[in-house]
Amino acid sequence: MAKNNKLQLVTKGLLKENPTLRLVLGTCPTLAVTTMAFNGLGMGLAATFVLICSNAAISALRKVIPDKVRIPAYITVIAGFVTIVQMFVKAFAQELDAALGVFLPLIVVNCIILGRAEMFASKNNVIDSALDGLGMGLGFTLTLTVMGSIRELLGAGTIFGIEVTKNLFPPMSIFTSAPGGFFVFGVLMAAAVKLELANATKLGNGSGCPGGCIGCTYACGKAETAQGGNE
Amino acid sequence: MMKLASILFSMMLVNNYVLVKFMGICPFLGVSKKLDSSVGMSVAVTFVMVMATAVTWPIYTYLLLPNDLAYLNTISFILVIAALVQLVEIILKKFIPALHRSLGVYLPLITTNCAILGVTLLNIDNGYNFIESIVASLGAGIGFLIAMVLFTGVRSTLEYAQPPKSFEGLPITLISASLVSVSFMGFGGIIESLFGTF
Repeated sequence: MAKNNKLQLVTKGLLKENPTLRLVLGTCPTLAVTTMAFNGLGMGLAATFVLICSNAAISALRKVIPDKVRIPAYITVIAGFVTIVQMFVKAFAQELDAALGVFLPLIVVNCIILGRAEMFASKNNVIDSALDGLGMGLGFTLTLTVMGSIRELLGAGTIFGIEVTKNLFPPMSIFTSAPGGFFVFGVLMAAAVKLELANATKLGNGSGCPGGCIGCTYACGKAETAQGGNE
Repeated sequence: MMKLASILFSMMLVNNYVLVKFMGICPFLGVSKKLDSSVGMSVAVTFVMVMATAVTWPIYTYLLLPNDLAYLNTISFILVIAALVQLVEIILKKFIPALHRSLGVYLPLITTNCAILGVTLLNIDNGYNFIESIVASLGAGIGFLIAMVLFTGVRSTLEYAQPPKSFEGLPITLISASLVSVSFMGFGGIIESLFGTF
């Protein structure tokens, strides 16, 4: 049973509580860096590292940090880990550093990380928090990579730099620019809702509300309760 | 002078933070339902942006750089911004309680608004001097205001639309944001033809 719970902590981030598509957190890097699949993957992995470390550190410090100054304290912890990642990427992956640019330091203000610190790590033990960070990070990485692949495929005809649709259709470069980002993100989010809706009807939950989703876009008033009732 | 005008307008239109650079999407999607709250939010963001730049630029140039501490910029900038946001919140609560009520939960969120940390970091990256940095932040803030107000208008019409069920809510909002963003692509090149290149 306990093992199941641990597994669930990791897997829930993939679809059910996918940080970007279901909880609608961390939208800025999602839109900005996914012009290519590789950039999405790099950004996702960097954020995953920060998520695991900051969740574990904040969870370990949760009894020491006074409640009133917890947000600044969390941000300082997160910023510390982001600086580590920043130096690491600058030293070993200059290409990625150039591609991500200012969005690498901006991991600090990624709402996923602060959100998990506030919602999960401040209430759970170190191991659970690290696993939660891993799950959320994987969900984030997955979404970014999928979205990057779609945009790269449609916008440049390649995935991870490998040519795929060279002779099928000319690349539509609008998908790698700003409007394409919004568009692909909207469609992906609709697909996630569709999937969730299909699951809900299968389970006989025919209220039309997917339920259990913080980023619930339906006016059924369950969004707030879901947010508080997660832990 | 021409360079300042060029920076101001390119930040407002061509490099619009929300629609072209994807910074500050959370408030853009969260607060843009009503005109007065979106204007209030944008004014608060603009104010914090300019203040943050006015504080972080000297910190970086006179404190971090001479002491070889440039790698601390992310940490120090975010702490300055967090403190500033607290200040703005206290001021609003005291003097404009109505605005404070309508902005509600979004004011603390300005801390995690990447547009603000982004603008302070990009000013350093671009090698702007103090005046140029302030002007760039002002332009970014006004650009944020333009995008918010425009999008609030789009969104109020969207309320009456009936998209397919899975597109209801945020997905259709994102797709209309994509169309607004297309219109901003039309500004590309306008700066070079108006002010020349530098």
